[in-house]
Amino acid sequence: MEISNLLNALPGAVSQGLIWGIMAIGVFITFKVLDIADLTVDGSIATGGAACIMLLRADLPVWVALAGALIAGLGAGLITGLLHTFMGIPALLAGILTQFSLWSINLQILGGSNQSISVDRYPLLVSSRYITNAIWIVAIFVVVIIAIAYWFFGTSLGCAIRATGANPHMSRAQGINIDFTKVLGLMLSNGLVALSGGLLSQYQGFADIKMGIGSIVIGLAAVIIGEVIFSRIFHNFALRLLAVVFGAIIYYVVLQVIFWFGIDSDYLKLLTAVIVAIFLAIPYWKSKYFNKPSKKGVSKNA
Amino acid sequence: MLELKGLYKTFNAGTVNEKRAIDGLDLTLNNGDFVTVIGGNGAGKSTTLNLIAGVYPADAGLIRLNGFNLTNLPEHKRAKYLGRVFQDPMMGTAATMGIEENLALAYRRGKRRGLGGGISSEERKLYREKLATLGLGLEDRMTSKVGLLSGGQRQALTLLMATLQKPDLLLLDEHTAALDPKTADKVLQLTEEIVTRDQLTTLMVTHNMRHAIQYGNRLIMMQAGRVVVDIQGEEKKNLKVRDLLEKFNIDNDRMLLSE
Repeated sequence: MEISNLLNALPGAVSQGLIWGIMAIGVFITFKVLDIADLTVDGSIATGGAACIMLLRADLPVWVALAGALIAGLGAGLITGLLHTFMGIPALLAGILTQFSLWSINLQILGGSNQSISVDRYPLLVSSRYITNAIWIVAIFVVVIIAIAYWFFGTSLGCAIRATGANPHMSRAQGINIDFTKVLGLMLSNGLVALSGGLLSQYQGFADIKMGIGSIVIGLAAVIIGEVIFSRIFHNFALRLLAVVFGAIIYYVVLQVIFWFGIDSDYLKLLTAVIVAIFLAIPYWKSKYFNKPSKKGVSKNA
Repeated sequence: MLELKGLYKTFNAGTVNEKRAIDGLDLTLNNGDFVTVIGGNGAGKSTTLNLIAGVYPADAGLIRLNGFNLTNLPEHKRAKYLGRVFQDPMMGTAATMGIEENLALAYRRGKRRGLGGGISSEERKLYREKLATLGLGLEDRMTSKVGLLSGGQRQALTLLMATLQKPDLLLLDEHTAALDPKTADKVLQLTEEIVTRDQLTTLMVTHNMRHAIQYGNRLIMMQAGRVVVDIQGEEKKNLKVRDLLEKFNIDNDRMLLSE
């Protein structure tokens, strides 16, 4: 239990948290903006990772590889969106179906269950070998993505997507084609998730068919931790997205602290589920048990 | 001009719960008509409005607005021509968005929603003026979330949103039924001001006979999916609640409700 061990592990946790923060912004778009729990992400993050690694191994530039990951994610979101809107399948089930089918597609892309890539032989943008460098680069990604998202969700089209999640009934009455806005939202979300998968596979030096399992839980953890901790001070949309990224970083730092206490990493998933459950419960408990009537109301009744 | 010709709508067709809601409805509204609609539960008032708005398709018949056939158009495309206010104050606005954001959504009704920028300063000025006409002080709270407003305020805002882009037809589906009497009167007053000012063709469903008589230039009563009473002009102006009760053997509002 050397404190220096923990300190040494922190930069790695931060860089991982930043990469997962991009993924969590994607989850935020479906879960918070569109009010859909989209399980496609477990598949699309691996699709992004696989597409990125294979494009790099085909000696394409890293930007092309990341663009490929992004496009693969947009495609995955499109499929879920069409299953939901065109075929009338409930969103949760549509996401599960796409995620399920992506397993086969990811195996095809990878040509096996995993593929590695060496930072020595390929021009990777980020690598766990150069953590400080990775933190800076991913931080730039995060800032650019938040800036674009902030601009986009302020446009007429972006507002239409937000309205769709807030009140679909009113959206239709105001002439919004909510099938279209839902599909677009799902595409953008999965595009970001796959982009994060592309960065993640570079960072860890391989893409694996199993790299996406449970990622929706990590994404949700980031969204919820960010919201619970920062919702009082971060109201602006861009700051709320930033809170989500902070949530992802906090999640990885907390995990490092837990491991530092010597807990077996086999308990990772159990611990994650417990963390998510607790943070999901906090807003509920707050409103149920700690929602004291305001002083004004009390004096009126007295 | 709104024309409804031979409209039919049956819910749960082929089951024990089969219910013919609209049964060969014919109705024509002239431009500028402000029509109040009364009738018991299940008479087909709300179904008529929902058929016009495209919430669900008609089984048969024709819906035409200013000569334009709406019958097979999806709901979001018809929205271009229609302004709607619902019974539930929660339904017409997005609670998690700001007042001006809600107005901006309504301002773009029937227009392409692209990557154009957000709310311009001229737009904001227009919203401020429009909000001021409501007399609720909302013009000073433009960035407040709509979820913080009372039911009456939300209904007034929905009314403003429905008429921000002048609709060819305004559909009011018992839009004051969920409000307390004082607030209901205030919202109805606003409704009349806006309808008169913009000369809107309006269909207003209500359960309140006094309101049905007091407002509009024409009153229709529906029963079993058809129009059974149609009063307009001088006769409508001189109409009293008692006349309605006597003429149509309605004991009181309660009977109208429990029919």
